[in-house]
Amino acid sequence: MSFVLTEEQESIRRTAKSFLGERAPVAHQRALRDAADAVGFSRDLWKEMASLGLLGMAIPEAYGGAGLGFAELGLVLAECGRTLVPTPLVSTVLLGASALLGGGSPEQNRALLPGVCAGTRILAFAHDEGPRFAPYAVAAKAEPDENGFRLSGEKTFVLDGHVADDFIVVARSAGAPADRAGLTLLLVPADAPGISVTRTHMVDSRNAARVRFAATPAREIIGRPGAGADVVDAVLDRATVGLCAEMLGSIEEVFDRTIAYLKTRKQFGVPIGSFQALKHRAAHLFCEIELSKSIVLDALRAVDAARPDLAAVASVAKARTSDTFVAVTNEAVQMHGGVGVTDELDIGLFLKRARVAEMTFGTAAYHRNRFAQLHGY
Amino acid sequence: MSHADSARAAQADGLASFRAEVRAWLVENCPATMRTPMNEDDEVWGGRRPVFDHPDQKVWLDRMAARGWTAPTWPREYGGGGLSPEQALVLTDEMHSLGCRRPLKSFGVWMLGPVLLEFASEEQKREHIPPIVRGEIRWCQGYSEPGAGSDLASLAARAALDGDDYVVSGHKIWTSHADRSDWMFCLVRTDPSAPKHAGISFLLIDMASPGITARPIRLISGNSPFCETFFDEVRVPRKNLVGHAGVGWTIAKRLLQHERALISEMRDNFPDEETLEGVARRYLGPAEGPLSDAALRDRIVQANMDFYCNKITLRRSAEAAEAGRGPGPESSMFKLYGTELNKRRRELMVEILGYQGLGWEGEGFAAGELARTRAWLRSRANSIEGGTSEIQLNIIAKRVLGLPD
Repeated sequence: MSFVLTEEQESIRRTAKSFLGERAPVAHQRALRDAADAVGFSRDLWKEMASLGLLGMAIPEAYGGAGLGFAELGLVLAECGRTLVPTPLVSTVLLGASALLGGGSPEQNRALLPGVCAGTRILAFAHDEGPRFAPYAVAAKAEPDENGFRLSGEKTFVLDGHVADDFIVVARSAGAPADRAGLTLLLVPADAPGISVTRTHMVDSRNAARVRFAATPAREIIGRPGAGADVVDAVLDRATVGLCAEMLGSIEEVFDRTIAYLKTRKQFGVPIGSFQALKHRAAHLFCEIELSKSIVLDALRAVDAARPDLAAVASVAKARTSDTFVAVTNEAVQMHGGVGVTDELDIGLFLKRARVAEMTFGTAAYHRNRFAQLHGY
Repeated sequence: MSHADSARAAQADGLASFRAEVRAWLVENCPATMRTPMNEDDEVWGGRRPVFDHPDQKVWLDRMAARGWTAPTWPREYGGGGLSPEQALVLTDEMHSLGCRRPLKSFGVWMLGPVLLEFASEEQKREHIPPIVRGEIRWCQGYSEPGAGSDLASLAARAALDGDDYVVSGHKIWTSHADRSDWMFCLVRTDPSAPKHAGISFLLIDMASPGITARPIRLISGNSPFCETFFDEVRVPRKNLVGHAGVGWTIAKRLLQHERALISEMRDNFPDEETLEGVARRYLGPAEGPLSDAALRDRIVQANMDFYCNKITLRRSAEAAEAGRGPGPESSMFKLYGTELNKRRRELMVEILGYQGLGWEGEGFAAGELARTRAWLRSRANSIEGGTSEIQLNIIAKRVLGLPD
């Protein structure tokens, strides 16, 4: 395990940072929001990111990617977190591509992954149905028929579901809702019959949708029927770790901005950062952030090494970054004072993103419970 | 692959063979009795009056010292192991995985040695470092005074030059194990007219010198790991001054960084300790499945997660520190977080024990229960000794975050 960046990794980080800093600063997200953009992200930007090789970073070369790993992809995600840029990285790369790599046939991967790397194909992974993250609480039905399956049910919080070219849907082919067994992953083109999509406008101005399937024909499955949970677990661990990397970038950015403010904002004739009441809180946050950074780096490397403790480490990472992201954004707003609650200042955008990211793939409490289960207590 | 990457790959190969070599040596040389869990009573501190409860303790110490592995990264010319930081981590890993005891606990190794290597004269290094490696001299720390706690630089112990000697008078407090130590590294005021940070010097004092009295202080845990030490016109040869007169504060701060790194690391070292969840299962049940008290279970998980994160942060910092570079201001973070976390875990442990965690002594309590209660009480000092948590927060705010005074 090495926490020190290689020259190649350092170069990837610099590329992502300068590109996003120039082309997609926080103002980019703000403009998309204010224009009520129908897509919700910039397809042009997405293709430019593809041409820089940022999308296929952790996808094998055989499928059009760079054949690197999550250690490298995590650097890109962290830089995205710094500017809050909305992209389909989570839906298409972290979830969609991971599902294909985890359970797809070589034919499926050859058909879909090159488009992912090129930025021409958007994937959406439809798993949740209830008000909170619950990966096995699946009632959507996959009923076998002569051509494969027929899919019926309703999915919620489907990231980028409103613009996806293909859905990967977690459905139940056997068992009762909440059973881990009996899940099947269906690959459904977005233009298949019986699909209705409602875009949901989230507080962080990112993109999600509620998707209803009514006897939608699904010819292709990913992985083995009834054994979908193995793929789902692997997908969610990878996606969770990747999301944590993005969250870390946002955490560092909002903290940097807050420290800079403490140094410049004057009250009572002195910079407010000279007050011990604020200094100590800032120093506490620094410690929490350093620990978050360590666990995210560790988790990214656990993905690449396929470590047996990946699931546990992913849960530690998500629990910690969720708590830290919420804490640092709450403090950032408070330390900015009145201007912190204005829409004009970017700090509030980080606060909103923190709340959504915290819920995505399970809250801190969810992951603490899972961690205990994994360790048998 | 870039040049740096291939260099790293070659280094990884070298580390793998080093690991195999270390493991083989440990298996051959570490006595079986020294691969059993250790209590505080089993600690070996060395010194002129060493206490060995078991002859194997001495065998193990001597073998490790002969390889310099009691101070793995120190230069070979002074008896150290000459290992790179990466190799030293491998040694620690392998000792941990084989359950080898730490052969020597030593403030000389953890605190004094690194600053001697950085600041002392060649003659001082040759005189003092090899006996530290061999565990022959036990050192204590003379920093705090009754009137100089968190405001350490206001210390008043006076050292006045008289011929070739300094004459030291004053009153030190919280001197760990002063009553059992052979030498003290001590902060003294050599120039009362200078600004407070500039008048301080770093002096090495033989505790056998006439005029020194050490008196143990009884703590809330019932133990007395600390002393008050009184100096009454103690003569100390001028050659025992480290660096120059007046630069003591620079050396003192450096040593504190090592001490903080150490205090946070020591929390990582309870090889014998049953896990929080293991104890919770025994005391609260059920025999299997989720622990019965869901709120307590959540706090146990939080403590375990934070423990893991702290551990890998220490590792990340060790990897980032290149050979020869000591701990920086981030050691304040480790001191702060490590000690606060340790207090939290100790408190949680006592809470899990319920009434059985409330015993002081005598019938009705197992030895392990009493030990955990005392360990909880002892842990309350963690965030005070070596610089309070509040001082660490000040250091982080100023030195790391650059917040203004």
